[in-house]
Amino acid sequence: MKSTALIETHRALGARFVDYAGWEMPVQYSSGPVAEVKACRSAVGIFDVSHMGTVRVSGPEALDFIQYVTSNDASRLVPGQAQYSLLLNGAGGVVDDIIVYRVATQEFFAVINAGCKDKDVAWLRTHIRSFPGATLVDESDATSIIAVQGPSAVSLVSSLTAGAVDSIKRFHFASTRVSGVSLVAAHTGYTGEDGFELIMPWDGAPSVWSALIAGGASPCGLASRDVLRIEAAYPLYGHEINEDISPLGAGLQWAVKTSKKDFIGRNALVERAQSVTREKLVGLVVASGARAIPRERCPVYASTIEDPVGIVTSGTLSPTLGIGVALARVGAGWATMGQALEIDIRGKRSPVEVAPLPFYRNGV
Amino acid sequence: MSVPENLRYSKSHEWVRIDGDTATVGITDHAQEELGDVALIQLPEVGRILLADGAFGEIESIKAVSELYSPVGGEVVAINEALEEAPETVNNDPYGDGWLIKLKVASPADADVLLDAAGYNALLEES
Repeated sequence: MKSTALIETHRALGARFVDYAGWEMPVQYSSGPVAEVKACRSAVGIFDVSHMGTVRVSGPEALDFIQYVTSNDASRLVPGQAQYSLLLNGAGGVVDDIIVYRVATQEFFAVINAGCKDKDVAWLRTHIRSFPGATLVDESDATSIIAVQGPSAVSLVSSLTAGAVDSIKRFHFASTRVSGVSLVAAHTGYTGEDGFELIMPWDGAPSVWSALIAGGASPCGLASRDVLRIEAAYPLYGHEINEDISPLGAGLQWAVKTSKKDFIGRNALVERAQSVTREKLVGLVVASGARAIPRERCPVYASTIEDPVGIVTSGTLSPTLGIGVALARVGAGWATMGQALEIDIRGKRSPVEVAPLPFYRNGV
Repeated sequence: MSVPENLRYSKSHEWVRIDGDTATVGITDHAQEELGDVALIQLPEVGRILLADGAFGEIESIKAVSELYSPVGGEVVAINEALEEAPETVNNDPYGDGWLIKLKVASPADADVLLDAAGYNALLEES
């Protein structure tokens, strides 16, 4: 199993580990996921996300290549700006969801999911052959990433850097230094809180992590990260999206710019957008008084028909809201706010209601 | 990891305390630690008859669901209703206020076949 540059640091913090996409990753520290969620929502939490893959694309055809393999419009980015985007397959399914960073006019950087890394790199290498003026480098093994998230995250990172990171706008990034380590501070996140994702050379992670802990940050594992992103209604690859799910059925049409010129998956999505029956990603909250925790793959029912009308894609107890919440894919006719539905949790039906997404975000 | 001497243990990490013909059942310190923050507990109704090793409910943390098994058979005479409002009591006091159910047992000697503290400690060391 692979491990990040911080594995001994995690061990010393009392982490419990889990195999995540072939990586030995901390699922929680000694205080547990509920305390970690609270720390991130009330102060600042830090997450080792060095398992995520990173690739760099450069050359005179770098923009053309990025435009062809991603669904969002990278031509709108200025150097120092980033965007959420999708790699689509020819049928319009999602190969991966990624963040694209424009480093320079002819240079892009992308952060990709750990579980999709090998697939993505192979996919990108196949398609880059048509763009001889673009080159791709897989930098995953040389890169560490630490997410710093929470209401105090920006002030914490600011206190550790020479330059003023609080001037970096949301979805922008800049180079800076923390504890002598040169890194990129990207004003992005996956928790619904303000904060940065710090992208640095592999071996810089331990000293940056220590500086953040010394500054009062709480270490957070994958369990709290998943709860936080469900509360904030961010999709997770393999759950809300996959090769067989259209971004149109996952609430991600905003990241698909069919107005730009041809890109992989475009035609399939344009055709699909015109078909009538569609699924929608909705938020479900367990009705007040009912105690239940929705779990992934629980079927969703309506009282009037026998067959399921949808399926839970992610579910948890929300420590922030104190209720069971779920992201679910349901038939478009069942996606109205306030629609009463039921979730079958291991054979027992619990009443739920369609609720606005996100369940919780704090200023982002 | 706490393993009190005066209790008996199942291989599925429940404990039982026999007091006359009443058996009190809970999950062990090890089990609560493995499960993490307990968020929800489904317990049977009072009056239900349980068989030894029979499933009697579910315990859920943020990330996991575990089935609960009764180490001994008997009739459920009490459930810990305080856990509905405060499931985290199972984490904080697994052998005390975090108890789950009380059973009226027909033959208290059934508990003798269960692991004692030394046996349960040995089980934990193996895993």
